[in-house]
Amino acid sequence: MADARLTLEQVRPGDRLPELAVDVSATTVVLGAMASRDWRPMHHDKDFAVERNGTRDIFLNTPNQAAWFERYLTDWTGPAGRLGRMKFRMKDSVFPGDRMVFRGVVEKVATDATGCGWADVAVQLAVGERVATECAARVAIPTQEGDNPWRRKGERWKP
Amino acid sequence: MSELPAELQGWIGQKRYEQEGEFDVERGYVFTSCASVQNGNPLFWDEKIANQLTDGWIAPPTMLSVWFRPHYWAPNRSGTAQPLQVHFDLKEKLGLPEAIMTDNTIVFGEPVRPGDRLRTWQVLRSVSEPKRTKLGVGRFWVIDVEYVNQRGEWVGTETYTGFGYRREA
Repeated sequence: MADARLTLEQVRPGDRLPELAVDVSATTVVLGAMASRDWRPMHHDKDFAVERNGTRDIFLNTPNQAAWFERYLTDWTGPAGRLGRMKFRMKDSVFPGDRMVFRGVVEKVATDATGCGWADVAVQLAVGERVATECAARVAIPTQEGDNPWRRKGERWKP
Repeated sequence: MSELPAELQGWIGQKRYEQEGEFDVERGYVFTSCASVQNGNPLFWDEKIANQLTDGWIAPPTMLSVWFRPHYWAPNRSGTAQPLQVHFDLKEKLGLPEAIMTDNTIVFGEPVRPGDRLRTWQVLRSVSEPKRTKLGVGRFWVIDVEYVNQRGEWVGTETYTGFGYRREA
């Protein structure tokens, strides 16, 4: 998937991204916290998470969830896809033992005044029937073969 | 607890905690981040593709805040430094011992590259009236974190919504 080279002409509103399922372990949570240099104990100390935060276990931190969303989106676009904007809302926590499933649907496809191609994608991170996090992402995608959003700078980059 | 202290009112819209990163952006941590989410994007692993698309190695855009998160320990530092210090200042000033982040928006600018030394600052945008949620009673606040590189080019902005609270018995 990571070698895919999506172009904007291949994308339509309503398109669904391939699902990604990940079994979360304590290692997933701790590795994610350490990778984002987040030393807060609720992401590695179960006693602290339960007694101080009132949660049932340690849970995935915000920056690592962002990294998961980035990975999910660029698995779809390939390396020429360039993230412009991500907004996400944590509605519930993701704990060890959870199977998290990422699902995405294209909401809008457009080319801006500078010629940059954009896909707006709604992504959900769900655990069973429970939506843990919702993410609204705006990703620049080559308008055609040979176009490269990464070359855009200054006034030609309007995320 | 309903009135926001004047000191905190004065923080709204003001640049705070402007600082340069303690260390350069480096590939070792890029691998650590990619490994944590099994990110096989060849931009971070294949030099030919990185050269072709981004004129060399870049860091994953979502690592923006990582470059300002201090190591857990450093010589001559007392205690553990806190990232997003305005968030922790608000908890302390408002007497709210617990906090979570509820919303996070990240807008990405120029790519961040190994060897870059970034600068950042924080701006408190708003603090809500007291609210009761299932976690407890507290306040929501919105903080912007701006990032630029050593050439002054904008590399991104993060906007965090936090909820500081006190658990109810």
